[in-house]
Amino acid sequence: MTPVPPARHLLRAKDLIECRYYEHLDVPALAGAARLSPAHFSREFRRAFGETPHQYLLTRRLERAAALLRHTDHSVADICFSVGLKSVGSFTTSFGRAYGRSPTAYRAAFPPAASHARVPSCIVRAYARPRFSTFGEDRAAAGA
Amino acid sequence: MLKRLTHVNQWVTDQDEALAFYTEKLGLELRMDSTVPEMGNFRWLSVGPSGQPDVAVTLLKVPGPPVFDPDTAAAVNDIVAKGAAGGLFFATDDIESTHEELKGKGVDIVQEPTQQPYGVDMAVRDPFGNQIRIAQIGAQ
Repeated sequence: MTPVPPARHLLRAKDLIECRYYEHLDVPALAGAARLSPAHFSREFRRAFGETPHQYLLTRRLERAAALLRHTDHSVADICFSVGLKSVGSFTTSFGRAYGRSPTAYRAAFPPAASHARVPSCIVRAYARPRFSTFGEDRAAAGA
Repeated sequence: MLKRLTHVNQWVTDQDEALAFYTEKLGLELRMDSTVPEMGNFRWLSVGPSGQPDVAVTLLKVPGPPVFDPDTAAAVNDIVAKGAAGGLFFATDDIESTHEELKGKGVDIVQEPTQQPYGVDMAVRDPFGNQIRIAQIGAQ
């Protein structure tokens, strides 16, 4: 057997962040995934990937939050909690540092994709219309 | 000019483990497993999806001297372990059952099935750090 390179274990911690960023992830949990002691973990992670696990986790959460701001109409607070952050105040601060504007201003700067792509409104109306069965009305109509 | 893609390579650090993972866990077919003594026991190991007999993935071990000097070999192994090398993209016609099956087999799931504009995709890692993406194109 070829020995497993240490970075392979660190990658497990990075993958855990990728996959479970919306959960409570602390250094002991991440260190456990990398099979390292919490004391060594953060330093080794930074050596392998060029940033601390905290930075990686926070920016992963902010990226997901930005995507939700662009693609959903969920409130800023809901988005904050849904990406695993606990405080709307620090979310807004971190978001401003990362993207140069507040979550609300960021959302306003990225209008829905349809206005970029100039999709004709008839197409928007046709394709965005919910399937009739969503409401169970087709079954009611069929029975009528 | 170029007609068809026949092989792509995925660097691995242990070919026995690679063979087990790619055939038993991912369900690919063994295409060729041939060790060549006159080439320093170079082992040509390839696998592929059953639906595509003319495409194969070679699972080659990162070589040492005389192919790569020790520093280069160590650097490539490290890049693979960091998840920064290569990667393969597969298609499935049932992403949910594929996900359940791989999860049940203890495969490292990197990304749970996620809706994308083009369908639903997910990602796993091989034992060495290579990312393998699986998509059900057009799924909702």
